[in-house]
Amino acid sequence: MSNASGAGPADVGGGRPVDLDAASSTPLHPAAREVLVAALERGYADPRRLHRHARDARLLLDNAREATADALGVRPDEVSFTSSGTDAVHRGLLGLVRGSRRGDVVVHPAVEHSAVLHAVRWGARGVPVGCDETGRVHLGDLAREATAPEVGVVAVQTANHEVGTLQGVGALELPDDVPLFTDACASMGRLPLPDGWAAAAGSAHKWGGPAGVGVLLVRKGARWRNPFPGDDRVDERSSGFENVPAALAAAAALQAVVAERDEVNASHHRLIDVVRRRVAAEVPDVQVVGDPDARLPHLVTFSCLYVDGEALVLELDRRGFGIASGSACTSSTLAPSHVLEAMGVLTHGNVRLSLQRDATRAQVDAFCDVLPEVVREIRARVGL
Amino acid sequence: MTAPDLELDCRDLRCPMPVIELARHLGDVEPGRVVAVVAYDPAARVDVPAWCRMRGQEYVGEDLADDGAPRYLVRRSA
Repeated sequence: MSNASGAGPADVGGGRPVDLDAASSTPLHPAAREVLVAALERGYADPRRLHRHARDARLLLDNAREATADALGVRPDEVSFTSSGTDAVHRGLLGLVRGSRRGDVVVHPAVEHSAVLHAVRWGARGVPVGCDETGRVHLGDLAREATAPEVGVVAVQTANHEVGTLQGVGALELPDDVPLFTDACASMGRLPLPDGWAAAAGSAHKWGGPAGVGVLLVRKGARWRNPFPGDDRVDERSSGFENVPAALAAAAALQAVVAERDEVNASHHRLIDVVRRRVAAEVPDVQVVGDPDARLPHLVTFSCLYVDGEALVLELDRRGFGIASGSACTSSTLAPSHVLEAMGVLTHGNVRLSLQRDATRAQVDAFCDVLPEVVREIRARVGL
Repeated sequence: MTAPDLELDCRDLRCPMPVIELARHLGDVEPGRVVAVVAYDPAARVDVPAWCRMRGQEYVGEDLADDGAPRYLVRRSA
């Protein structure tokens, strides 16, 4: 049944709510679906064993590694599959710390993902570096801090996961004996990897692969030592039984996303420009944050003054739009987003909108059409 | 730290209510005078200064209320 009236959920998602939260997770890419089903049949066995079924699994795992390396422009022996993007971040960063001859201090932007911050808190000493109001860290500040005694690693994200600002990682110049770890989870697949890293991490469910697959990249020759207990598996950098079908599906999705990204990115960049322009023009007292141009193509964040973030998420959901929020009342910790805090921008009434690969102008316009009324209604609840 | 001319008790309020209270009551003091927002909500530490930047008001800083609760001071510009 169609629902064309203004009151009910928007009918721009083919009868389903519109998922505008790709930065949290994406549906499986169509190119990965058949691969996954076939690999569930063929890739269940233990890839370390020598019998036929095991050799099949090993072949699929090696294929996944080669396809991933090819899509990312790295060597196959630089690719490890981990149990998640978070696991890849922990292993990549802490492995460089463990391999360092200089010390266990990690210099990092304050706006890094919490996976980086938790890893530093657990196994290193952190030196956070501030950012400007767009969320961009000044590379010169990182380079200067990196020369201090006992700095073992510099960790910088390729792009900020909450506001989309690109960090310009490739232009960072560090001392020769201070390796760079880059958390590429927000951009892997969508954007080429920058240069200059010794280890990097990605997360398959953010590019259309299945959840439970992370990609850890360690450059050949990098001083990386396993920071966790070893395991006698195929790959010495990870542990536990390999999820062969999921790794292969992740690789298939990555290849497909890389092949279509020029087209998809251009479309997403335009659609996000529409959101940035319309939200700023049509919602009173709103702060649209993050770099307007040097950003992830599919993501925008804004904060609405005097608006309860939880109410905003729930009301937009009722109207048929799924979005994320960095407001305190929507977080498990009841603390506001450390990213928004470091940027010094409003944390309440926050919306992070991120496009799935098949997002349309109609979806974006429908969202922009309902937002002013939703904000007005929530403000009216507190007499504003 | 500057003594406030008006103190708003937002101890039990969640974001964005402390900022809403600040917006409602800043006009209760003359320009050049200071309003204090007392709030436990951690978002107030970010949102009060951010509100001041958006509204062209002067964020004076943070201190503690008599009972030790965090207090954020704002000087009315106009």
